[in-house]
Amino acid sequence: MELISQHTKGIMEECKVRASDAGLQFESDSLEYIVSNRDLIELSPKGMIPTLYDYWVNDVEVMKKKGVYKLYPTNPYETVINTRPAISFYNDNNPDWLNIMIFYHVLAHIDFFQNNIFFKHTWDENFVDKALAGKRLVEHYRREYGRWVDYVIEFSRGINNLVGFYSSLSAKHFQKELNPSKPISFYFDVFLQEIKKVSEHIVYEEIENYNRTLSQHPEVGESIFFAGIKRKYPEFDAIYARYDEEKRRRKDIMQYILDHSAFLNKEENRWMKSVMEIVRETALYFEPQIRTKTINEGWSSYWHDQLFRKDERIVGHESAYAKINAYVTSVNRVGLNPYAIGLRLFWYIEKLANQGKLEYKFHKLQDILSRENYDQELGKGKEAIFKVRENFSDFTLLNTFIDQDFVDRYKLFVVGKRLNEEKEVYEYYVKSKKASDYKQMLMDNMYHPPVIEVNKDITDEDNLYLVHHFEGKQLYKDFIPETLIGIEYLWGGAVQLETTEIVKKRKANQTKNGFDLRKVLYTVKDRQIKRKTL
Amino acid sequence: MIDWNQTIKLLSSPDVSDEVKDNIRRELELSQHLQFSGTPSYYFELYDRNDFFMLLQRSVPGGGQIFSMKSLDDLLEKDKQREKDGFPKKIRIGKILKPTKGKKGKVVVVPTTTEPKFLHDDSITQEEEEGSTGGSGEGEEGEVIGEQPVRPEEGEGEGTGAGQGEGGEHDIAQEAYDLGKVLTEKFQLPNLKIKGRKRSFTKYVYDLTDKHMGFGQLLDKKATLRKIIQSNILFGNVKEAESPDPGELIFNPKDQVFRIMSREKDYESQAIVFFIRDYSGSMYGAPTEVITQQHLLIYSWLTYQYKNNVETRFIVHDTSAKEVENFHNYYSYQVAGGTYVYPAFELSNEIIEKEQLARDYNIYIFYGTDGDDWEDDGANLIEAIKKNLRYTNRIGITVAKSSWSGGTTRVEQNIGDSGLLEDKPDLIRLDGFTAEEATEERIIEGIKALVSEKILQWNS
Repeated sequence: MELISQHTKGIMEECKVRASDAGLQFESDSLEYIVSNRDLIELSPKGMIPTLYDYWVNDVEVMKKKGVYKLYPTNPYETVINTRPAISFYNDNNPDWLNIMIFYHVLAHIDFFQNNIFFKHTWDENFVDKALAGKRLVEHYRREYGRWVDYVIEFSRGINNLVGFYSSLSAKHFQKELNPSKPISFYFDVFLQEIKKVSEHIVYEEIENYNRTLSQHPEVGESIFFAGIKRKYPEFDAIYARYDEEKRRRKDIMQYILDHSAFLNKEENRWMKSVMEIVRETALYFEPQIRTKTINEGWSSYWHDQLFRKDERIVGHESAYAKINAYVTSVNRVGLNPYAIGLRLFWYIEKLANQGKLEYKFHKLQDILSRENYDQELGKGKEAIFKVRENFSDFTLLNTFIDQDFVDRYKLFVVGKRLNEEKEVYEYYVKSKKASDYKQMLMDNMYHPPVIEVNKDITDEDNLYLVHHFEGKQLYKDFIPETLIGIEYLWGGAVQLETTEIVKKRKANQTKNGFDLRKVLYTVKDRQIKRKTL
Repeated sequence: MIDWNQTIKLLSSPDVSDEVKDNIRRELELSQHLQFSGTPSYYFELYDRNDFFMLLQRSVPGGGQIFSMKSLDDLLEKDKQREKDGFPKKIRIGKILKPTKGKKGKVVVVPTTTEPKFLHDDSITQEEEEGSTGGSGEGEEGEVIGEQPVRPEEGEGEGTGAGQGEGGEHDIAQEAYDLGKVLTEKFQLPNLKIKGRKRSFTKYVYDLTDKHMGFGQLLDKKATLRKIIQSNILFGNVKEAESPDPGELIFNPKDQVFRIMSREKDYESQAIVFFIRDYSGSMYGAPTEVITQQHLLIYSWLTYQYKNNVETRFIVHDTSAKEVENFHNYYSYQVAGGTYVYPAFELSNEIIEKEQLARDYNIYIFYGTDGDDWEDDGANLIEAIKKNLRYTNRIGITVAKSSWSGGTTRVEQNIGDSGLLEDKPDLIRLDGFTAEEATEERIIEGIKALVSEKILQWNS
């Protein structure tokens, strides 16, 4: 890896000036490197982070079974990584005009990383440094504990797609001063609703009552309110004293194991927790990238087009640019292009906002004709797309803005695949032009790891009980035993997984299959797997 | 593809046993739900693209790195240690990547592994139809906007895929030869006693073998002396029943016989291997994995045994048979068809006869199936196999049963009934096991059963 030439760096700096004039916000420092194929071979399994810890599986071809399960890329082969300063990677032989276009694209990515709230947990650190510290620690442990370090890495990576990205994010965003005091939260959330199981309107009445007391007596309102509670429920104090808040907190599997595994918390095994933390932090770092693929590529495509077309350095290269831009941002006849969909959504949102169609007033309109002709000429388009860039992820973007107008405007549809027996071909056909179907199809194709949680009521020191919340897809069965064996090692006791399987059922005299759902329980103990139907 | 009329006839025919009818029904049913893992991707999915690919227009080399960093031996060593530590083995050596372009039949082997996690299984859903994707442009609902052949044509599947990693896979390849060596040494596959050395057409040796009178590189004294005696007999200098006096002999310079450097065709062993497999719908999943992996390992082992002088031919069949170009196509093709086994063996006969392969090659045929055959009594199959047996060194049949086929499959039954296995144990072997439970060890044991000189008894 070597830095780009001074000449090319000069071009980049010029691009930065114009990009920030247009409103993009990014830290002024950045590093650009030329990468060889050899560099890429080493970098891609590490998600392009040069300082990430070494792991032998990165040296081996990892099998992906297309059609059976998808291994979603976390960050392989991105041209820019979310570090401070941001680092980006280039070819050594691109012409200047192409570099200008790519630089604009990259700068928009950097702007996205540094302003989109899903990346908030990465803002205060430079991941390259953090990863380097992790890598050194892993190497240090390897000298001491040898292959056992790799086992811990392996088993931690086995559950690194289940890190609680959203829960860690909301903890980061939530303003703690808004939290009511512990006994108050307990009274309303747990005591009334779960223990006393009172009806909803009583809860609201109580909340009303609490607010009134508090506003009448700002200083002592809470104690007055509790005095009332104790009269009504003399047992409250005793129940509250027994209440273990820790047990209720939502935790991802990895965090739960870190906190509660008796094995890991033994003095001689404490180093394992540091290794697990490294794997967990790395996974959390990559999480927002896979969840913002469409919006991020759409944003960057929007800006490389905006900025480069207005840049006088394009002169003489217009047709070459048009060609590559079309290659990157055209919607496919069949297939999905996140660059294209994201870009069109930003165009669409900008237009809606300019016309005032994002305003409440517009949503109240019922009449089709006046809806169609609605144009307040608000000129709020740019403002709106910057807000979207700040606050939306792939899911929220697609879920909010894909409507029938959008689908019709860009002639989008859902493509189905069916077998034509006579012609011996698979036919791809227009299955639906409905926005709701199109949206659903996108949702089905989006990254979504299974939701698996610890059942804290059944779990004890010897037995970790996991529950998979079934969402229409079963778990990939071949991987269950090995993953469980890994978790068993980290937990230091038996591990159980409750999950749901889809069973094909052929009914008599029917050509089509029926489906049954079946709950099963996997148990791993002493590395022996048992499976039984519940 | 299934000939539907024929199928329906079979189903209503009184001559067809219930068991075969059941199999036919199952095949028909499977054909509606197949996901074709091997067929080349027709379109890009949501996460298939990245900036490197789109902006820098650069495909990222994959594969290859293994060998710059870890040798196969290291990885196998690691696996042994894993077993000792009580964890499941992780390295699989049988994974096939695309063969190098332009070189026929060259198989590329890399050690591979998986990173098991809890992942959603995309192949089974409660909906009837296969996954859908996005599209755009003109077209009314229901209109067909693209077609993809069910049986991929030759050459397809190269370069039509997502493009990622394309090309890179060819960079550095672990030759099958090395894997064969590992198999022979570490897994104790037998060394082959090669029958009959045949003349090679491709290899030459250079040696002082040609004789030349008058001049040359090395005087052949014995031949020269013989020549001088001959001449002197003609001159009458040497009489019968008298020992000649060397001093009296007349010496003609032209009688000197020299050895001269020359090119000779070498005699060596070479083999041609026919890999045949059932690629019908019922083979989907584990049976296909197991068969292709085993065939790859067999190829590697033969490559080592024959010191790279192994040619390969690949045949796939459903209700009819066809030859495919390379291992990649061989292992990736999949159709939703029915199953007749005999056309495949007939095709191999045809190729052997047409190209007169028996004259110059040691011939091996390895066949992989899930045991399904719509031909009830297997008469055509047995006849074709008997014909094969006339030229082959060994026919090895692997039956990788699906979990639902249980018991003795039709192929096993028909071949068993024919008595061939007892009559010609040195020429034909059969090994059957359940595909889902087949570990790498079992697959290698299977190879031993198929190729060893003695018959191994495998208790499964």
